[in-house]
Amino acid sequence: MQTFFIVAILLLGFLITFQIAKASEYVSVIRGEEKAKRQTNKVNAFIMLAFLILGLIGVYYCNESLKGKILGEAASNHGKHIDTMLDITIALTGVVFIITQVLLFWFGYKYQESDKRKAFYYPHNNKLEVIWTVIPAIALTVLVGFGIFYWFKITGDAPANAMEVEITGSQFKWEFRYPGKDKTFGKKYYKKTTGDNPLGQIWEDGANRDDIYATGEPMHLVVNKPVRLVINAKDVIHDVGLIHFRMKMDAVPGTPTTMWFTPTKTTKDMAKETGNPDFVFEISCDQMCGKGHTNMRGEIIVETQEEYDVWMAKKESQYDKLFNKKQPATTPAPDTTKQTTSVTMSKPNH
Amino acid sequence: MSDTIHIHPGSVGHDVAHDDHHHGHHEQSFVTKYIFSQDHKTIGKQFLVTGIIWAVIGGLFSVLFRLQLGFPNQTFPILETFFGHWAEGGQIKPEFYYALITMHGTVLVFFVLTAGLSGTFANLLIPLQVGARDMASPFLNMLSYWFFFLASVVMLASLFIQTGPAAGGWTVYPPLSALHQASEGSKLGMDLWIVSMALFVVSALLGGLNYITTILNMRTKGMSMTRLPLTIWALFFTAVLGVLSFPVLLSGLILLLFDRNLGTSFYLSDIVVNGEILPNEGGSSILFQHLFWFLGHPEVYIILLPAMGMVSEILSVNSRKPIFGYMAMLGSLFAIAILAFLVWAHHMFVTGLNPFLGSVFVLLTLLIAVPSAIKVFNWLTTLWRGNIRLFPSTLFAIGFVSLFISGGLTGIFLGNSTIDIHLHDTMFVVAHFHIVMGVASMFGMFAGIYHWFPKMFGRNLNFTLGYIHFWVTIVGAYLIFWPMHYEGFAGMPRRYLDKSVWKSFNNFGDLDAMITIVSIIVFAVQLMFLFNFFYSIFKGRKVTNNNPWGSTTLEWTTPINPGHGNWTGEIPEVHRWAYDYGKDGREFIPQTEPVGANESKH
Ligand code: HEM
Ligand SMILES: [Cu+2]
Ligand SMILES: [Cu+2]
Repeated sequence: MQTFFIVAILLLGFLITFQIAKASEYVSVIRGEEKAKRQTNKVNAFIMLAFLILGLIGVYYCNESLKGKILGEAASNHGKHIDTMLDITIALTGVVFIITQVLLFWFGYKYQESDKRKAFYYPHNNKLEVIWTVIPAIALTVLVGFGIFYWFKITGDAPANAMEVEITGSQFKWEFRYPGKDKTFGKKYYKKTTGDNPLGQIWEDGANRDDIYATGEPMHLVVNKPVRLVINAKDVIHDVGLIHFRMKMDAVPGTPTTMWFTPTKTTKDMAKETGNPDFVFEISCDQMCGKGHTNMRGEIIVETQEEYDVWMAKKESQYDKLFNKKQPATTPAPDTTKQTTSVTMSKPNH
Repeated sequence: MSDTIHIHPGSVGHDVAHDDHHHGHHEQSFVTKYIFSQDHKTIGKQFLVTGIIWAVIGGLFSVLFRLQLGFPNQTFPILETFFGHWAEGGQIKPEFYYALITMHGTVLVFFVLTAGLSGTFANLLIPLQVGARDMASPFLNMLSYWFFFLASVVMLASLFIQTGPAAGGWTVYPPLSALHQASEGSKLGMDLWIVSMALFVVSALLGGLNYITTILNMRTKGMSMTRLPLTIWALFFTAVLGVLSFPVLLSGLILLLFDRNLGTSFYLSDIVVNGEILPNEGGSSILFQHLFWFLGHPEVYIILLPAMGMVSEILSVNSRKPIFGYMAMLGSLFAIAILAFLVWAHHMFVTGLNPFLGSVFVLLTLLIAVPSAIKVFNWLTTLWRGNIRLFPSTLFAIGFVSLFISGGLTGIFLGNSTIDIHLHDTMFVVAHFHIVMGVASMFGMFAGIYHWFPKMFGRNLNFTLGYIHFWVTIVGAYLIFWPMHYEGFAGMPRRYLDKSVWKSFNNFGDLDAMITIVSIIVFAVQLMFLFNFFYSIFKGRKVTNNNPWGSTTLEWTTPINPGHGNWTGEIPEVHRWAYDYGKDGREFIPQTEPVGANESKH
C-alpha cells in the first residue's frame, strides 16, 4: 500500500512537472524565444552561484558532522606516517579544490550571455600553459617524494626483534599461528590439510612441534614490539585490513605475503582514549571473497609483554593437542584474566 | 519516400551525387534502414538506445542494493514478490547483493559507458565531423553493433539462470571467479559472463578499428589532423586504447575459462576450498589482476576521453569562444593515452607487489595528474570572458568539469601508495571512481545528448525538463558520493552489505539512509529525462535551423535530417580549424569558409 502511494505521488509529481515544462515551451514561443532564453539563462546563472555557495557550506557542514566518526589517532608507527601523508594531501588538494570550483562556477555566473559582452577571442597563451604545467608538476613531485619515502619505510624489512604471527584467511574466517619458543614456523603443505590440521602443517618438521594454532579468538600482539604478519589464504583472495593501524595486505592463495608494523597502543589505552570500554581492534576482510565477506571479522588484542606472556603460557601447540593428549597439566587452569573472554566473536557466516 | 541512398562499402570515400527523389534500387526496406542498417547515424542511435536500456537496468540494481545498505534491518516484501528466493522475507540475501553489484558494475562500465557512450558518439560524430559519407567499413560497423547486441543477450540471460549471474565483483578476480565451489555466482553465471565479455571485446575491436581507419583515411579535403574538432581526437585516442587493451582482457578471460572448465592452473595454486583439496599448483592469481587491469585502467579512460572531447566542444561552442590551448588539449589527450597503459598496477599496491615496482607506479600515476590538470585549467580559461549560453548541454559540461576536479583530486590520494594502504578497497574508492568515472562520464554523455539531439532526430528536447534534470542530478551526485569519502576515511570496506557485526563501521546508519533516499530521487529524475528523450523523438519541437547552436563544425552543414551519405551534393571542403568563435568581431566562422585576405592570425 505504502509503495503504491509513493509510486502514485511520484507519477503525479512527474506529470505536473511535465505539463509545466511543456507549457513553458509554448509560452516561450509566444513571448519570443530570444527573450525566454535570456530569462532562463539568468535563472541558471543564478542557481550556479547559489550552488557554489551552498555547496561550499555543505562541504564544511559535512566535515563538521562526520569528522568525529572517522578513526582517531593511528595506533601504529606506520599509521602515524600514513595520517601525516593524508593530512598533507588533504590540505594541498583542498586548496586546489576550492580555487578551481570557485573559478568554474563563478565564471559560469559572471560570463553568462549578455548583449553587452563580446566573447574574447583567446585561443592560446603559451606562457600561461607552461605555468600551469609546471606548478602541478612541482606539487606532485613533493607528494610523490613524501609518499615514496614513507612507502619504503613501511614496506621495508621488519626490524630484527620483530615477533611473527601467521594469519590465514578462508571462507569466512581467520586462523592464526604463533611460531612458539623456537621463533620459527614449521613448514606447511596444503595437501596435508585435515580437520585436525587446518593449516596443513608438516609434522615431520620439528619446527612445527611448538607452533600454536588458534582460531575463533583474538590475535594477541605486544605493544611497542614490531610484529611481522605472514599472510596466507586457503581458497580465494582475502585481505587483512587493520584500520586502526592503517595497514592492509591481501591474502593470496599460493603466494604468502607479509607486512610489519609496531602497535603503539594497547587495547586498554584505546578504550580509555575513545571513551569506549568495549573498544576492540578489528580485522576486516577487505577483498571480496564470497557471500560471507561482509561478516569476515577478526579481532586483535594489544597488551603488555607481561600480559602476553601470561596468555601465551596457557597455550598448547597443535602438535601437542593432537599427539600428546596425555598431559592434562598443560590445559589451562580456570580463566582468571577476564579480558579475553569478554570479547565476543562474530559467528562466521555459512 | 526515401531520402537516403544506399552506399556500397567500396564507394564510400567517393563523392556520390545524391538525388532526393531518386527511388529505384536505392529504396530501403524497414529492416535495412532501421535494424540491419549500415548507416553510421542509425548504428549510433542503436548503440544509444541499447545503452539506455542497460542504464535503466544497471541503475535499478543500484537502487535495490542501496535499499539494503540504507535500511539493512527493514524488510521490503515487494522484493520477494519480484525476486523470490533471492530476497526471502523481503530481505536481500548476500548472494543476491553480490550478484547485483557485480552486474551493476559490469553493465555500467562496459555496456553503458563504453558501448553506449563511444558507440553512440563515435558513430554519430566521426563521419559527420571529419566530412565522410560513412565509416570506412559500414558492414563491420553494423557487425560491431550486433556483436554488442549478442553480448547483451548473453549477459541478460545470465540474470535468469538458477544459480544467478556472476557475483565476484566486476573485476572477477580468481580464484573466487574460478572455483565453482566458492560461490553461487561462480557457477554457470560466470561462464556466461566470460562469453558475453568475449563477444563484447569483438564488438569493441570492430568498432575501434573502424573509427581509427575512418579518422585517418577519410577526412574531407582540407581537414588536416590539427583541424579536427577535439571530439574526434578524443574518440580517436579512445579507439586506440580499446584496440590495444581489450585483447589483453580477452586473453585473461580465456585463461580463466580454461581454469574453470579444463583443469588448467594459470591462476590457481595451493587451494583448499570448503575442505576440498584441489590438485592445482604453480599458478598465480595475481597474474589475472595484471591482465585485468592492463585493460581495466585504460578502460576508465576509454570511458572518460569521449566525455572530455564532447565537453571541450560544447564549452567552446556555448561560450562563443575558441577552446583555450587546442594544442595543449591535444597534447594532454596524447599524454593521458600513453600513461593510461603505464599505471595499471596502482590497483594492486597491496597485493604483495614488489615495493620498488610499486614506487615506479606511484610516480607514473601521479604523472597522469599533470595532463589532467592542464585540461581543467584550459576548460576554465575557455569559460573566462566568454559569453556563455547556459543550455542544459553547457550545464552538464560544466558539471563534468566540477566532478572531474573532485574525483581527480581524490585520485591523488589513491595514487600515492602510502595512503592507498589505508584507503584501498574502502568506500573512499567507491566514492572516487563514481565521481570521476561514473557520474562525470554520465554528465559528458548527457551533455552530448542535449547538444546533438537536434542532429540525431531533427527535433528539440524540452529544456525546462533538462534544467531540472541537471540540477537535481548534480546536487544528488554530490550528496550521494561526497560523504561516502568519510566512510572510507573511517576504513569501511567496500562490498559490505551489513555492518551490524562491526564495531568500527556501524555508526554511519543515518548517512547510509540519506544516501539511499537521494539515490532513489536521482534515479527517478533520470527516468524523467528518458521520458523527455523518447517523447521528444516523436513529439519534440521540430528543428528549423540546420545550425541551431551556431557551430563551426561540419555536422551542422548537413541537412536537418541527413540521409545515408550525409551531404546532398559534394562533401564540403574545410579551410580552417574548428574553433573560430568570436574572431574579428564575428559570432563564428564555419570551418567551410575560406580564410579571408585580411583576417587576423592567432
Ligand atoms: C544512481 C547512481 C549510482 C549509485 C547510487 C551507485 C552506487 C554504488 C555503490 C554503493 C557501489 C558499491 C557497492 C559495494 O561495494 O558494496 C557501487 C559499485 C559500483 N558502481 Fe555504482 N552507483 C551509481 C552509478 C554508477 C555509474 C554511473 C557507474 C559507471 C561507471 C557505476 C559503476 C560502479 C562500479 C564499477 C562499481 C563497482 C562494482 C563492484 O564492486 O564490482 N555506478 N555503486
Ligand atoms: Cu572478504
Ligand atoms: Cu587505474
